[in-house]
This record gives sequence, C-alpha cells and structure tokens, in this order.
Amino acid sequence: MQTKRMTFTSRWLPYVLLAPQVIITLIFFVWPASQALWQSMLRQDPFGLRTTFVWFRNFERLFADPNYLASMKTTAIFAVGTTLLSLSLSLLFAVMVNRMIRSRDLYTTFLVWPYAVAPAVAGVLWWFIFNPSVGILPYMLEMLGYDWNHRLHAGDAMALVILAAAWKQISYNFLFFLAGLQSIPQSLIEAAAIDGAGRTKRFWTIIFPLLSPTTFFLMVVNIVYAMFDTFGVIHATTAGGPAQATNILVYKVYRDGFIGNNLGSSAAQSVILMGIVIVLTVVQFRWIERRVNY
Amino acid sequence: MVENDRWGMLLAHLVLILGVAVVVFPVYVAIIASTHAPGTFLQGVMPLLPGSHGWENYRTIIFEGRSNAGAPPIGSMLWNSFVMAMMIAVGKIAISLLSAFAIVYFRFPGRIFFFWIIFVTLMLPVEVRIVPTYQVVANLHMLNTYAGLSIPLIASATATFLFRQFFMTVPEEMLEAARVDGAGPWKFFKDILVPLSVTNIAAMFVIMFIYGWNQYLWPLLITTDDSYYTIVMGIQRMVTGADSEPLWHLVMATVVLAALPPILVILFMQRLFVKGLTETEK
Amino acid sequence: MFKHSLLAATALALVAPAAASAQTEIQWWHAMGGRLGELVEEIAANFNASQSDYVIVPSFRGTYAETMNGAIAAFRAGEQPAIVQVFEVGTGTMMAAEGAVYPIYQLMADHHANFDQAAYLPAVVGYYTDPDGNMLSFPFNSSTPILYYNKDIFANAGLDPNTPPRTWAEMESMSRQIISSGAASCGFTTRWPSWVQLENFLAWHNLPLGTLQNGFAGFDTELVLNQQAPLIRHWENLARWQSEGVFSWAGGGAGPDAGPKFYSGECAMMMESSAGRAGVLSNATFDVGYGMMPYYDDVAGAPQNSIIGGATLWVLSGHSDAEYEGVARFFEFLSQPEQQAWWHQNTGYLPITQAAYELTREQGYYAANPGADISIQQMNLNPPTENSRGLRFGNFVQIRDVISEEMEAMITGAETAQQAADNVVSRGDALLRDFQAAMQ
Repeated sequence: MQTKRMTFTSRWLPYVLLAPQVIITLIFFVWPASQALWQSMLRQDPFGLRTTFVWFRNFERLFADPNYLASMKTTAIFAVGTTLLSLSLSLLFAVMVNRMIRSRDLYTTFLVWPYAVAPAVAGVLWWFIFNPSVGILPYMLEMLGYDWNHRLHAGDAMALVILAAAWKQISYNFLFFLAGLQSIPQSLIEAAAIDGAGRTKRFWTIIFPLLSPTTFFLMVVNIVYAMFDTFGVIHATTAGGPAQATNILVYKVYRDGFIGNNLGSSAAQSVILMGIVIVLTVVQFRWIERRVNY
Repeated sequence: MVENDRWGMLLAHLVLILGVAVVVFPVYVAIIASTHAPGTFLQGVMPLLPGSHGWENYRTIIFEGRSNAGAPPIGSMLWNSFVMAMMIAVGKIAISLLSAFAIVYFRFPGRIFFFWIIFVTLMLPVEVRIVPTYQVVANLHMLNTYAGLSIPLIASATATFLFRQFFMTVPEEMLEAARVDGAGPWKFFKDILVPLSVTNIAAMFVIMFIYGWNQYLWPLLITTDDSYYTIVMGIQRMVTGADSEPLWHLVMATVVLAALPPILVILFMQRLFVKGLTETEK
Repeated sequence: MFKHSLLAATALALVAPAAASAQTEIQWWHAMGGRLGELVEEIAANFNASQSDYVIVPSFRGTYAETMNGAIAAFRAGEQPAIVQVFEVGTGTMMAAEGAVYPIYQLMADHHANFDQAAYLPAVVGYYTDPDGNMLSFPFNSSTPILYYNKDIFANAGLDPNTPPRTWAEMESMSRQIISSGAASCGFTTRWPSWVQLENFLAWHNLPLGTLQNGFAGFDTELVLNQQAPLIRHWENLARWQSEGVFSWAGGGAGPDAGPKFYSGECAMMMESSAGRAGVLSNATFDVGYGMMPYYDDVAGAPQNSIIGGATLWVLSGHSDAEYEGVARFFEFLSQPEQQAWWHQNTGYLPITQAAYELTREQGYYAANPGADISIQQMNLNPPTENSRGLRFGNFVQIRDVISEEMEAMITGAETAQQAADNVVSRGDALLRDFQAAMQ
C-alpha cells in the first residue's frame, strides 16, 4: 500500500490522529464481530440462560438447510436483477441528459433527489402502490390483463423488491455515469462521427468501453447495496415472502435472530455475511488501488 | 462535428420525461395520499388527484401526533432525526479526515494493520452485527442517548476511504512547498488539506446526513423512550400496530415531512455534492 | 440564536429523565399501535392518576414479535422492562425461561395483592397456566377469531343479511351466490391464516395440533396436524376456492391485505380477530354483521370452542421490590371490573373476568352493540378440552412462519394440502427439537 513519496515524521502524532476512528471501530465493530463469531459456535436459549458449545454445528446445519441455500440463490437473483435494472436505466438517462444543453441541470435535479428517500420509506411507498387490493399499479396491470399479486406469486414479489431497490439507486448511478460521460474527450467521438459511425455504433464501440471502469465500480457498489442495504425495502414490502421467495441473506439474519430467536444460527449467518463483505471489499479495493497506481 | 438530429433530441426528451415520471411517481403518490380522508385508500383504488383533507391531515400530524397515530409529535421526531444525522455526518467527517491524514501523510509501525482494521468495516452494514452491537451499547449504558444513536454508526469507514482517495490525488508539490515554508503537520492539515477538501467534505456531508437521517432498525432497537424516536422509525411504528389498520393518510403526510429535509439538503448542495462525489471516484 | 436553542434542547434532553420525581417508575413495553396505543396510554394514565407512589411508563415497541424479542435482547443486556406484552405464540418460550420471568401468581402472593384466579374466565386463563394450574402471566388483551360480513353485499346477492353462514358448506354456497349475482368478486378472506385456518380450526373441531396436550405436558411434543383429515380437506378447499374466487388469500403472517379487501367490497366476508372490531367499524362504509367461525358439520364434536390470541403481560426478573410492588398494584387495578369493562368495550378484546362480562351486560352494551358478544359465546361454547385449551410449543413464532410459508405454497398450487401439512410437521418438529435441546 502506498503513501506519498514525502511524508511527515512523528513518533506519536499518527497514533493520536488515528485514535478516534480506531477506538470506535474496535468497540463498535471488532468487539461485536468477535462476539458474533463466538456466538456462532454456541447453542443458547433465547434469554441466554443456558449455553452449550457446539463447535461448527450451526454452520453445518446452515449448509444442509435447503432454505439457506435457496436464500443464497434468491440473494443472487435479487442482487443481479437490481444491479442490471438500475445500471441500465441510469446509463440510459445519463446518455440522454448528456446530450442536453439547456435542460441538463433541470433533469439532473429531478433524477437526483430519490437518493434522499429512506429505504424504509421507499418500501412503504412501494407497498402502497403495489398493494393487490388498493394499489394503483395492480389496478392498471389488471386493465392490461395481468393479475398482479405479490402476496402469492414469487415472480411478482421478486419484481416488486427489485423495482423498489433499483429505484432508490438510480440517482447515485446516474451521477457517476454522467460524470464518466463528460470526461470522455469530445475529439474521440467526433473522429468516429467523421468515420461515419452512427450514434448507436459510436455508443457501443467507443463510449461504452471507455465507461467500463465506472461501470465496474458501480457494479460492485450496487451488488453490495442490494445484498446489504435493502433491509428496509424488503421489510416494508414483502417481509421475505411469499414462501421465502424474497428472503435475502441479510433479512434472514434478522428474521432468524431477532424474530425467531435462533441466535446461534443467526450469528453463523452473520459470520458468513461478514466473510462475503470482506471479500467484496478486498476485490473493490484492489481494483481501485490499481487505478490509482497507473 | 456531431450531427444534431431533431428526432433524436425529441426521443431523448421523451425518454427523460418518462424517466423523471417513473422516478417521481412514488413520492407523487405519497403527496396525493396525504391529502385524502382516512378511509379513502381502503375502499377501492387509490385516487390520483389531490383530496380536500390535506390541511387537516398535516395539522393532525404536526400538532397532535401521538394521540392519533401511535407516534409522538412529529416535531420531536424530526428534531431527533436531525440531531442524529448531524452527529453522524459531523462525527464521521471529523474522525475520517484525521485518520485519512495519518494514513496518507505518515509512515509509522502498524500502519498497514490499522489500515485494514478500519477498511474491513467499509461495507459492513449495522444490520448484520446488530445483536452483539446492541449488547455493547447496552453495557456502555448508551441506550436512549444521542450518543448511542449515532456513535456506533460512525464506525464505518466509507468516509475515511474517500478522503484517503482524495488525499492521494493532492499533488506532492503541496507538501514540498509547505515544508519549505516550515509548516508542521497540523498547520499543513488545517491550512492546506482541509481547504482543498471542501467539495469532498460537502459531498460526504450530504451522503452521511442522508445515511443518518434514513436509519431505521438501529434507532428502533436502542430507543425505548419515545422522546428519542426518530422520524423514519416513527413511520414504521405507524404502519405496524397489532390488530389495527394503519392510518394511511397520516402515514403518508409523515412520509412527506420525513423526506423533505434530506431532499432539501440534496437540492441545496447539489452542485457541491455532485462534484465532490464524482471527483473522488476519478 | 440557532446554536443556543441547540444547546438548550440538548441540555433538556439530558436532564429530563432525571427530573421525574421520587415516584417509582415502571417500564411497560407493548405492541399496541394506532388507536389501541392511545387506549393503552389512557389506561396507564388512569392508573398513574389513581395513586401517587408508582408511575407506569408505557412504551410502544413495534409489532408483537419486535416487542418480545426487543425485551429478550434487552434482558440479555440487563436492560429489560418490568412488564412486557407478549403475544400468545410466545408463551412457550416465555414459560420455559425460568429465572427470567417472575410468575404472576407468585408476584401477587409475594406482594399480598388481592388476586383470585377463579374470578378470571377459564378459557382465557387456561392458555397461560402452568401444569399445576398457576397463572404465569397476566391476560391483558385476549381475542378470538370471528366472522365479519358485509350485510349490504348479502342483501344485493339475495341472501338474508341477518343470517351469516354457520357451516363451511354454507360458506361456500353463499360465496358462490354472491359471486354469481355480481354483488362481490370474492366470497371471503382471512387475516392471520395460521391462527385462524389452522390453530383455531383444529380447536373448533376438537382435533389436536400436536401430541402431549398440544405441548402443555412436555417439551418432547410432536406435531400431528398432518394426520387430521378434516384439516387436510379444509386446506384443499381453500386452495380450490382460491382459484375459483370463493376465497382470497391476503398474505401470510397477519394477512395484511384482508382489511382492504373487505373494506373495499372486494370480499363479502372476512375472518378476523374479535379485536379488529373497532377498526372494522371505523373503516367500513357498509352495515357489518358478525358470526361465529364456520365448521364442518360432519366432524364429530364440532363446534367445540375457539382458542384465544392476543397477548398477556409478563413480568421480567431483575427489578427492585418496590417496582414489583407497583406492578402488583397495577395488575389489581387492571383486574377491576370497571377497567376491564372499559377496555373490552373500547377495543373488542375479551373481558378477562366474569365480573367484567356481567358488568358490560348490565350496562346494556351488548344490547346496544349486537355482535359484540359473539366472541365470548364462541369461547365459552363448551368447556375446553385438551385440544381446545390452547397451544404451548417452543419456537412457535418460527413455526408460525413455517406454517404461513407452507400455506402460501399450497394456495399457489405448488404443493398439495397434504404435502404442505407434512412439510409443516417435518420442519416444525425440527424447530421443536431445537427448542427442547436448548432447554436441557
């Protein structure tokens, strides 16, 4: 890992500067995380009155549990769906806005603010819009001949949570894509235009490849968002149903641990999730390091 | 010269207007819903035009709060959300600036170790480690305090990471010049680095303010005293009561009021926010 | 200016809790939101005004599950409230937590409270007593599922608006008449599918859900619901009716869409907790009728009696004697016929003492509100049997989730009724064994 070529020297100052963050991290992250690690090897009653040490039983049972494996698959579908939908819409909007001159700021303003809406609030809004009995969208879909019911149909439920989760993320992706587009030298595009490449061809052969670093960065960010930050959306819309069709891993940790009181299993799931997060962090970090290095 | 065809532009406008409509739709629905009478939503399809109860609903939610909706008056919840969001935003920016400064501008034993301790927390959401974190906070007697609401959420490393990325792009010459002038580390930090980071600080402020404002599960867990309830949690409270239908008209009025402050923050700071956010990434 | 008000408010927030005088404060966590939350606060305020030694501080903690688990998490951290409201399915977990709970009968005896267990309704108390018949928690809000129906739709369909269906056969034929006449597009819907269409269905037909008296007699109980032919037939009917429009599934868990379906006139009937009465009356723009739950008339012993849902107040250990003294006084207060009658009439929850029921009748409440006593009649229809006394399974919160999921799979046709019931048993038994293991 690099620093500046030239640095300050002090025996104590860097430690003092780091202290607040490190202390908070140790108390509120490292310590609870190690607690989770310890708890994942215990079997306890809800009140913590009786405890048995069971080694890796909780993990073994998780990987033997078809529901857990199904939840992994659900999470994968959800994360990929949310990422694809959100990225493609925001890219489309960014490309379109980038062509505007006078109305650019106006459109940007309208597209940016959903970022400010809380996931829990967004969940309530979508619940309301998609309610099979009183919601406006099922009513419109019914007129088109589609019987929407996310209480019963796993596909509808998945579509609902993907839509709600992707909606929230459009603003963020849009900003990065727009910045990425603006940094592409105009000369490159003009050169291609002179060569007779049409708009679509120019996009796929020049603009899209040049955007790929931004796209990759956003992909990781969106996958992490979909996997971990969508608790509020799921909680307010489907609560993991129907029949666990939208029960993603993070929600399962909450349901098993906080609602079902199965602390050992829930802790084991937390540990697995932490593992996934750390891997994703390292992947992203390596990539960003490389980009800064060139 | 790139051609500027009229139909293409028209299509682009069309796509964008449609896009804006989709993006705005949920909040439009909330605004409409907040202007109707109590039973309207439960008796058929939700209307798409404003009703006549708007004034009444907002008055109820602002002045009576508790008695009708199972939540304390909205003023105190908004205030709590504001305090929590501010503490998280300011706290995070302060500790992150310091630690990023240490990591980039110093070489010292244990640097790599500390770096990883901080960065492992980069993306780990509080929901994943919620039960043990709750126990730690309870043992420190921080339940029902603003400190308990905010400090554990300051522990994530996102801001440190972004400031580090930005500091790496600050030209080496800055430091050389400062040293030639005989400036110590603190003076360099205060007079050069922080002023250079203004747009990043602004972007971070927006992100963290919104992050803090939007917390749900954490405040739900650690506050038992309703004078510490936050607004987002208040909304969920109003939606989930045993054996009763939510009062949707009041819920939606609260939703609108709850979404307003972060939206205002983002709109007022849009330029700085966009600039800070995207510059750091480059 | 701004800075000053910020400082002032912070200072105020820091000082406020300490300023609450020398009275003993008693924390009470509950799950009553909306209108019910208001009534809970009123009842606490009334108690606080009635004496000067104790202050009950009610705190709304979210859904039933959130409230219970919040209290458990708080207990593990040593921050538990003195009183917590726990829903009936949490009873097994709470009862097994010896050392964490302070049984009511003991609390009342220790503090010389005026407490006569015989004064409470047997059907209510039966759910919450230990094998020796001692009351472990205080029945605060008990309810039982009944049938609500839309009289206007009945009239439009050419049915007698004053005769609700009594049996499932009538339920089906009336629903079909309603649909074919165009009066509504769906016959009936249900809230709380597990509670209504399984737990109460079995009690109402005097059939067991699990062995060992539905878990009352020991932790090694096993589920047997998949062996109950009438239940399998009923679930098969539900799945078929769903596809034909007779029935409309309103979601698992609490069945959150049932209310909107009923209020909007989409469904003519709704099976819902008797405690939903206030909500139904405030949301319905039509004449509401009430009936008992339907039954299959070819099942011997049906109708038996329905079982209760709702919640009780548990007292958690680890507090001072003075606080427990206050809790005992509060429970005495809650048991007074006047308080009980007021609570019953305002919420639709059952009166928990015989005296409160009598008082309500004398006050002319049932005469003025026809249908309000359906729930009590249904509960008291017959003396409870082993099958209809209640349920006591550990991990039942999770088992209910399992039931909900399997019912969803059955309704969509992904599984047959028998498969769904078999899966409930195999997955549920595994959870029961977990609980048993954790108890050793």
